[in-house]
Amino acid sequence: MNKIFEFCAWHSGKLTVGALALAIVFPFVFTSSYVLRIAITVLMYIVLSLSLNLLVGFLGQMSMGHAAFWGIGAYTAAILSTRLNLSSLGTFLAAMVVAGLFGLLLGLPVLKLKGYYLTVVTLGFCEIVRLVELNWMDLTRGSLGIAAIPPLNFFGQIFKSSRSVYFVALVLVVLAVYVVHSIINSRVGLAVMSIRDDDVAAASIGIPVFRYKVMVFIVAGMLAGLAGAFYAHYISFIDPSGFTTSASLDLVILAIFGGQGSIPGAILGTTLLTVLPETMRSLMEYRQMIYGVIIVVMMLVKPDGLLGRVNFKYIRQRLQMKAEKEAKA
Amino acid sequence: MSEVLKVSGVTQRFGGLVALDNISIHIGQGEIVGIIGPNGAGKTTLFNVITGIYHPTEGQVFLEDTEITTYKTHEIAKAGFARTFQNIRLFGKLSVMDNVIAGMHTRRKTNLFDAIFQTGRRRREGREAQEKAEKLLKLMDLWEDRHSLASSLPYGHQRRLEIARALAAEPKLLLLDEPAAGMNEQETEELREMVLQLKQMGLTIFLIEHDMKFVMNICERIYVLNHGVLIAQGTPAQVSQNQAVIEAYLGEED
Repeated sequence: MNKIFEFCAWHSGKLTVGALALAIVFPFVFTSSYVLRIAITVLMYIVLSLSLNLLVGFLGQMSMGHAAFWGIGAYTAAILSTRLNLSSLGTFLAAMVVAGLFGLLLGLPVLKLKGYYLTVVTLGFCEIVRLVELNWMDLTRGSLGIAAIPPLNFFGQIFKSSRSVYFVALVLVVLAVYVVHSIINSRVGLAVMSIRDDDVAAASIGIPVFRYKVMVFIVAGMLAGLAGAFYAHYISFIDPSGFTTSASLDLVILAIFGGQGSIPGAILGTTLLTVLPETMRSLMEYRQMIYGVIIVVMMLVKPDGLLGRVNFKYIRQRLQMKAEKEAKA
Repeated sequence: MSEVLKVSGVTQRFGGLVALDNISIHIGQGEIVGIIGPNGAGKTTLFNVITGIYHPTEGQVFLEDTEITTYKTHEIAKAGFARTFQNIRLFGKLSVMDNVIAGMHTRRKTNLFDAIFQTGRRRREGREAQEKAEKLLKLMDLWEDRHSLASSLPYGHQRRLEIARALAAEPKLLLLDEPAAGMNEQETEELREMVLQLKQMGLTIFLIEHDMKFVMNICERIYVLNHGVLIAQGTPAQVSQNQAVIEAYLGEED
């Protein structure tokens, strides 16, 4: 296993390019709309799980309300495109701004709350957002939902075929990976991870803990909002039942299963957990049970998730150090 | 001699408990000053007041000429105090190198915008941080461990890493909370040499320590705290002859 990780760390650049190439070729090899629909779902969930990973894996703050941001993004896009006929670029940006604002709103109680207490607030937040979506008839049409949301359209081009939607989703994944990767490998990310590991020590070296926590809530909200906007255009009908606490819990499982604080982990875990239930369709009602067993076993064997304890950057640095030493000797 | 730290009439109450009672101390530029006292004397509480973890019930704390009594912890760190902790507090899932670079937080400027758009500032600061970390890690004899996880280091190394991280903030005053605790004789001796080296570099150091040999050897002045009250101060020789100090440590003669 360690050999595999070392190999991946050493060739991470090539592997990333390889994976991206595979993802680009994929819709030309698998053309069935069923497979592509699963692939699109996987890609959207990767964006969600990456954004939640910012909170859970990198900041160390469990959030049980992440589906709320997803829903806020979806409703923003749905409302703006059905009423104002805004193009997808506009709805995507608006969804990010609105979800980011709600991230700020949710982030503010962090000032006083920590750990489980904040988790409970995120739970309540999700419920409040759902109830607003359900009851603000004029804006959201309540449980009737918003139907006939226009398909994705950028610069006058309409993206309706499965393949073209797939590529839009892929671009969002690349964007999300890039943003999360850039943040965690910078001074900002180091500060965020310091807060996760020890907030008292982080403050003692001059890191304004509160400001960074709120910042992460905003960025995580924006990315989830983006996924929501995509979802609204792709699925063309949304109602409040999609963005419940239970959906939030599913996202938490996705974020934890692959590995907290690991980008490849989030991608791998999300892919496995989304594809697996599909492959077990023939098992009918047993599939939820099998899914549950996998998660329980996972938590017993690897509580940090598949790649939660594997830091490819550090493995690569150690290998480099070893290689340099050998070169000297 | 200009004063780096001045604590003036600080009292800290927790409910009915008086943890610190009207404490006044001062530390001049370039000094190594120790604070000793039995367990529960209030030494760490004093450190927590100085670094803003507690805000004192009464009294004032000054950094040079600036009053920092009501500053938040991160603001005090930025103003120039860096500390280590009695129970080591490292960033366990980060590498040794990243712990030190995290310590440079207040000396770097890369923000979210720089991070996402990979600006020149980010690249330049990243390079500078690496170079500075290399110097600090070599100074604290941790260079070989640079890519290990902080939590995987042996105890003595973890203590040294905490000092390296504090130094990365380029503090005007370094506060060490029991730096030699749990170390064997050889490790303590190595630590002593490192602290002396820091002094030669012009650093001002304030330390809590139970290892008397260590304190007496290294400090120019010592404060003695007992039950939240300052009972003695002076050179190591003066303090070790002081009747009140002997009584505090050994009990009164009947």
